[in-house]
Amino acid sequence: MDALLQFIFSGMTVGAVYALVALGFTIIYNASDVVNFAQGEFVMLGGMITVFAHQAGLPLPLAAVLAILATAALGVALNKLAIEPARGAPVVSLIIITIGASILIRGATQLIFDKQLHRFPSFSGDDPIRVMGATILPQSLWVIGGAVAVFVALWLFFTRTLTGKAVLATANNRVAAQLVGINTGWVMTLSFGLSAAIGALAGVLVTPITLVSYDVGVALALKGFAAAMLGGMGNPKGALLGGLLLGLLEALTAGYLSSQYKDAVAFIVILGVLFVMPQGIFGHKSTERV
Amino acid sequence: MMTARGKWTQLAVLALVIALLPLFFPSGYYYRVGALIFVNALSVVGLVILIGYAGQISLGHAGFAGIGAYACALAPEHLGLHPGLAVILGAVVSGIMALLIGRPILRLKGYYLAVATLGFGILVSMVLTNERALTGGPDGMSVEDLGLRALLRDLGWRLSGGEFWYGVSGFVLLIGAWLALNLFDSPTGRAMRALHGSEVAASTVGVDVARQKLRAFVISAVYASVAGSLLALQNGYITPDVAGFMHSIEMVTMAVLGGVGSVLGATLGAAILTLLPQVLTVFAEYEQLVLGAVMIVVMIFLPQGLLPSIARRIRGRGE
Repeated sequence: MDALLQFIFSGMTVGAVYALVALGFTIIYNASDVVNFAQGEFVMLGGMITVFAHQAGLPLPLAAVLAILATAALGVALNKLAIEPARGAPVVSLIIITIGASILIRGATQLIFDKQLHRFPSFSGDDPIRVMGATILPQSLWVIGGAVAVFVALWLFFTRTLTGKAVLATANNRVAAQLVGINTGWVMTLSFGLSAAIGALAGVLVTPITLVSYDVGVALALKGFAAAMLGGMGNPKGALLGGLLLGLLEALTAGYLSSQYKDAVAFIVILGVLFVMPQGIFGHKSTERV
Repeated sequence: MMTARGKWTQLAVLALVIALLPLFFPSGYYYRVGALIFVNALSVVGLVILIGYAGQISLGHAGFAGIGAYACALAPEHLGLHPGLAVILGAVVSGIMALLIGRPILRLKGYYLAVATLGFGILVSMVLTNERALTGGPDGMSVEDLGLRALLRDLGWRLSGGEFWYGVSGFVLLIGAWLALNLFDSPTGRAMRALHGSEVAASTVGVDVARQKLRAFVISAVYASVAGSLLALQNGYITPDVAGFMHSIEMVTMAVLGGVGSVLGATLGAAILTLLPQVLTVFAEYEQLVLGAVMIVVMIFLPQGLLPSIARRIRGRGE
């Protein structure tokens, strides 16, 4: 029982990171129908920039804010320089562009910073908290809390603010949104910036636990994508639940079945979901117009 | 559109390039690079059939290359099979795998298809990495020699390893290109291209869409598998990287870079991306940076790929 609880804690922690990556995917996908394979690199940048800004003497909170802002700027640049010029390109081209961007960002990070593993101190110390025979790191609470906070903030943004509603309108029907005067180009820019910032935040939160190096992004992007798909592509609620569920499944697999194959869970889940219910848990069945 | 004459022109160009290129090689090392280009081009020609003809995407074809490669490494050791026959065994296993997973996967479209194939590829590479007892894990395993070179030597034809594999890979690539070009104008090829244009339209004129997609998937899987086998045999050594995600991405990038509808273009794409790391050895740290930049720039400015874009420019000037 204690072991189970322990697995659940670690699963929730990892799952919260997947959820944040999946939320990032969702925002961009809704605004532009682009699946951004560079999403994992935003997480990596959040961690790396914080590490080096902190080493350069900035206090940790300031370093984290700097990392999030810098990554958001990069997200905007990605949209302006690579996605917008390729508007209307087939899916294969867009996949290659975003994968190219992720390779480019990785290559640049490795040149500008280095190839080592890094971490910075946890926000509230490293003394584990005991809960019913299991333990949880204070940093895990930060990660899980961060994911929930981002979700709630996004929900408020999309339902309570005019800008958020403009994003939703663009997601629903770009042409109609343009007709009622929404600047859809600006919505895209906003979405990329927001999505990059959320990714970077995930990186800032999780680095004290999992460490960061230039190449952690690929796996995170793939698993975040699996999480988004599990919950239903384009649905924020699905992204949150899909992420947590995937984290739990991984932790339980590692605990009870095989730690070697824990990384396989995400892909078995993807294939299973796609075969059985391609629309995911919360997705709608889509019909194609001829 | 490509005509029957276009087919023979393309094959002749390819054959001439393969035959004449060694005249410009300053050292034996270039045969190795050439052989590697041809092997990559072979798997990319398979992707031309899948992506260019049938309009489907796969981000997991390295999985099939992995199956082909490890068939050559494992079958001689455990089944006592000759390495040459192991290539065929690998191709058969890849084909059957593609048939089994293709049926449910190919109902998906766009990103969903991309991710499903990606998941398959990653699962294959994970099995190859984790089943240490069988595959040697991430360190890889050695591959038995084909024995053909020794045979040729006994017949009095002395070839270096590089020269031998340059010839073999070039020959197999020519056959692969010939088959792919034949397919283009065949009823099957036409059906594939029709469903690429519009699945609904294709099915109303009687094309069995699911069946043709599956065919393209299986054929391209066999191409990737044979390429993987050749790679294993010529290196004499194999690691799970051959089945890795990055290899799948490289394959698709090569195909799209050169021009995904054209066999020659695919070969050009394979040549460029294979040469890139060789050229950049001095600037090894810049390799990823350059690769990423090339991928983005080509997709934005030459969405049709290099060869079709260049061809259009030349034709445009002639008019």
